[in-house]
Amino acid sequence: MSFKSAVITFPGSNCDRDALCYLKDLTKGEVHNIWHEETSLPKVDLVILPGGFSFGDYLRSGAMASKSKIIDEVVKHANDNRYLLGICNGFQILTEIGLLEGALIRNKKLKFLGKNCFIKKKFKNNFNLSIKDNQILQIPVAHNEGNFYCDTETLNLLKNNEQIAFEYCKGEFSNTEENINGSIEAIAGITNKKKNVLGMMPHPERAYSDFHQSQDGRFIIESLIS
Amino acid sequence: MRIKILVRLKGQILEPQGKVIEQSLNSLGFTEFSNIRQGKLIELDLPDNISKEEKEQKIDSACKKLLVNDIIEEYEVLG
Repeated sequence: MSFKSAVITFPGSNCDRDALCYLKDLTKGEVHNIWHEETSLPKVDLVILPGGFSFGDYLRSGAMASKSKIIDEVVKHANDNRYLLGICNGFQILTEIGLLEGALIRNKKLKFLGKNCFIKKKFKNNFNLSIKDNQILQIPVAHNEGNFYCDTETLNLLKNNEQIAFEYCKGEFSNTEENINGSIEAIAGITNKKKNVLGMMPHPERAYSDFHQSQDGRFIIESLIS
Repeated sequence: MRIKILVRLKGQILEPQGKVIEQSLNSLGFTEFSNIRQGKLIELDLPDNISKEEKEQKIDSACKKLLVNDIIEEYEVLG
């Protein structure tokens, strides 16, 4: 059975096209592009909330998008135990919806970070199954609010439930920082308790094709398909 | 009636903008200024004939639903 997926586009999304190509090229299955004002979602295996600056990042990153009409359907999709992946602004939207814990605040050094970063998996889930322990992935980030914050109690829950999917790490370049944006415990991506919803700041859809610098973003889709 | 809602990051959360503003002010000679934190002010109109209870309930609900993320922010209705 072929893998079906969908990408939601909000006004201000700018990685939706990349995400569509990423899914089309790697899943070889049906891919839908859904406008945020839609009120129904086709039955698919995976939904991606893409990166960008939905609604201009007004008020807080992801705040307005989290109240869009399509979100009720996205929540139903997740409650149905199907996969939901939020990348960058998509991660911010997932925390604003409340599907994921914590919040993303301004990068510690106030700089917009647009560069390659290095991550490795922390706890195993279906999104990172085909990644080896201690394998370092090179995946680009492009964000201003990627500094993951949660209180100590929540952090303990995330650890105890093994919800931390990815953490930033030192890469092959000696000048790369271990924790690029100041996130608590260098968290780069977390899942919900059931581990069918993943939010991550790095952009796997910008690291899969031959013309990309790295192809490490493939592992996410390969893990889900396998 | 004009409503003003002050939204700010909770005290324990790093507010890097305030830190930069502080450095800048210090370098301009305002060396007595410290612990600067930047928040945001949301202003809106509500009808004058609305009761105090309804006003409070509406503002509270709007803050919880959209205006404030209580994981990182707190708010105060001014005046």
